[in-house]
Amino acid sequence: MTSARIVWMGLVYRVREFAVSRWFLLMAVLQPVIFATIAFYMFRAGGRPGTLLYAALGAGMMGIWSSTLFGSGGALQWNRWQGTLELLVAAPPPFLVVLLPLTLATSVTGAYSLVATLVWGRVFFGMPLHLAHPWLFLPAVAGAVLSLGLMGLLMASSFILYRHANALSNLLEYPVWVATGLLFPLTLLPGWVAPVSWLLAPRWGIDAIRRSALGGDVWFPLAMCAAAGAAYLVLAAVFLRIFERAARARATLALT
Amino acid sequence: MGSSLRVFLVGGLISYRALFNWIRPYVYVPTMLGAPLFQIVFFTYLGRYSQAGRGDAFFVVGNAVQVCGMSCVYGMTMAVANERWFGTLGPLLATPASRVAVFLGRGLPVFANGLLVSAFGFGVGAALLDFRPPARTLPALLLTVCVTTVSCTAFGMVLGCVGLRSKDFFFAANLAYFLILLFCGVNVPLSALPGWMGAVGRCLPLTHGIDAARRIAAGAGLADVSGLLWTELAVGAAYAAAGYLAFRALEWASRRSAVLDAF
Repeated sequence: MTSARIVWMGLVYRVREFAVSRWFLLMAVLQPVIFATIAFYMFRAGGRPGTLLYAALGAGMMGIWSSTLFGSGGALQWNRWQGTLELLVAAPPPFLVVLLPLTLATSVTGAYSLVATLVWGRVFFGMPLHLAHPWLFLPAVAGAVLSLGLMGLLMASSFILYRHANALSNLLEYPVWVATGLLFPLTLLPGWVAPVSWLLAPRWGIDAIRRSALGGDVWFPLAMCAAAGAAYLVLAAVFLRIFERAARARATLALT
Repeated sequence: MGSSLRVFLVGGLISYRALFNWIRPYVYVPTMLGAPLFQIVFFTYLGRYSQAGRGDAFFVVGNAVQVCGMSCVYGMTMAVANERWFGTLGPLLATPASRVAVFLGRGLPVFANGLLVSAFGFGVGAALLDFRPPARTLPALLLTVCVTTVSCTAFGMVLGCVGLRSKDFFFAANLAYFLILLFCGVNVPLSALPGWMGAVGRCLPLTHGIDAARRIAAGAGLADVSGLLWTELAVGAAYAAAGYLAFRALEWASRRSAVLDAF
């Protein structure tokens, strides 16, 4: 079986698995809709109703990040609990190829949140849905989802030695929402946050999606998504090689 | 009476240590302190951008009080529901111990932890967001947070009971935590919400406590907010009673249909 086929079949299988998971329903639909509603009412209360689309897109991206963070961060832990981690590591294909569809599936499933917040905003808040570059909107979403999936791969590969990855996931949700300007501009934050955001795929993902919807150059953030995704893939391959070997050598792979 | 008190105090503490999954420092620090820290920062900056509140204090106080829910909602859910998950519910219910002591005793450590998390939240506001309430208001603020945390703990007891029958108790706990953020005036003034959402919010814990804490931080005295605090306590008492009744009803139903430890 070729690597491409393993990735594709794995992606389809995992997306179907996540689609019936209540946990992903919470992360990818309910939570983003609740946060979008909070943001809508906050912008309305502050007399800034024109920013509803801005908030809906940001809340949708928050959902994609949460789904990727908890899905990819917990990917190895779930397999540990289910007793399948050793089998996956021992399988003939490279572990990177086995893990990639799992992390991609978490961000693909997270993309439901963008649909949910846009529909929610349109139906319940009368949010106008006029896209500045309608033909670039889907490529922008695809680029964001792919780069987040690869970021998830980097997280999963880094968490292989850490048996309490879920706690780290709990910690990392809000900081990335803050540092990537998903619901408010980065200019509000201290100057040192912007360079940090350059390393994070959600920042370029939301830039590409927002510019395709509200106007502006989409290609630069999309290119940055691709560059960040490539960097994550290379780093994940290196980390997996080192950490997987260390976990096998220390016999800690399956310890919960 | 002596044994019931012992079950309430010692039993509550032991069950908390056994059943609260996040008690170890490497889980507790990122989850119970790190996440609230960034929640407060996130909503304060969102508040600055949206101009929804009347300054940072609105969001710092709202979120610093609300983060007690990290302990009250999740901690209390674990303290009740994990008995079934860990397979100890049957032995527990086979004892002749007072159910009131067993049930309410679990709330005491959760309450103390909620207070700690909330105090940490106020510390974050002071250290990072220049939140400076008048020093004379601090005792009243502490009392308000205590009352609100008691009420939220009682709410957690009801959620914990969900776990006595349902597998997805963590789903319910997470959903409740997020809905509290929306309905209880944590970040959006109740007056800016539709009437029905405000009405729901007034039936939930935290709403009146957060309102009282904001007024106190703005300089009001305890007498000015006593109505809000009594209402918050009444809401908490109603949830505690509902939680206890649900606990007894589910215990009876589970024994009757032999599904105590079934999943």
